[in-house]
Amino acid sequence: MLHTVNKSPFQKNTFESCIKHAAKGSAVLLIEDGVYAALKDSTVSSKLQQAMGDITFYALEPDVNARGLKGKVMDGINLVDYAGFVDLTVKFDRVQSWL
Amino acid sequence: MKFTIQINEGPYTHQASDTAYNFAKAALEAGHEIYRVFFYHDGVNNATRLTTPPQDDRNVINRWSELSAAHNLDLVVCVAAAQRRGIADADEARRNGKNADNIAPGFRISGLGQLIEGGIQSDRLVVFGD
Repeated sequence: MLHTVNKSPFQKNTFESCIKHAAKGSAVLLIEDGVYAALKDSTVSSKLQQAMGDITFYALEPDVNARGLKGKVMDGINLVDYAGFVDLTVKFDRVQSWL
Repeated sequence: MKFTIQINEGPYTHQASDTAYNFAKAALEAGHEIYRVFFYHDGVNNATRLTTPPQDDRNVINRWSELSAAHNLDLVVCVAAAQRRGIADADEARRNGKNADNIAPGFRISGLGQLIEGGIQSDRLVVFGD
């Protein structure tokens, strides 16, 4: 399953709920303000890092760039554009949006 | 692959309508089909033709209308959510005794069944919202 998170982890707890619920082998795509979860050395980065073994993480590059976060994204998070977003929804059989 | 897209957030609120639009465009460019776009909750506010954003800003509503015209997209607005928020087509305006309608080109008002049917008929349902 593909999960999308569109709110900052410093604003809502959807990111944490998402990574607690996401099953092994699933993917999480951070979009909109959700990309703040991809920041290096933040108060949630260790949680993301721990989840990385079971979950593949992606962040929407246009949203990362819009917020000036290029170069501040944690290693191991894959950046995708909108075409890559579409490809992820094709690759995974279901999409769960955490709003 | 067939997609149905659900939008729960109004235009210029945060980013959901923009993300959904960019996603829809990318899906069409990749050769996928958008079976339906369903506007629900505050998302129905994407369907008013009376918005006048500044000229140097994107026109979220026109963008949907234009994408619909170019790709024959089915843009469906939830009737109950629309009634609450003052979005009406000619029929709805008449039925509810209003003196005007405001629905933008390419949009139509219908029921929640259209969302369920979209989910059944499509390979993927992708939700954008607040």
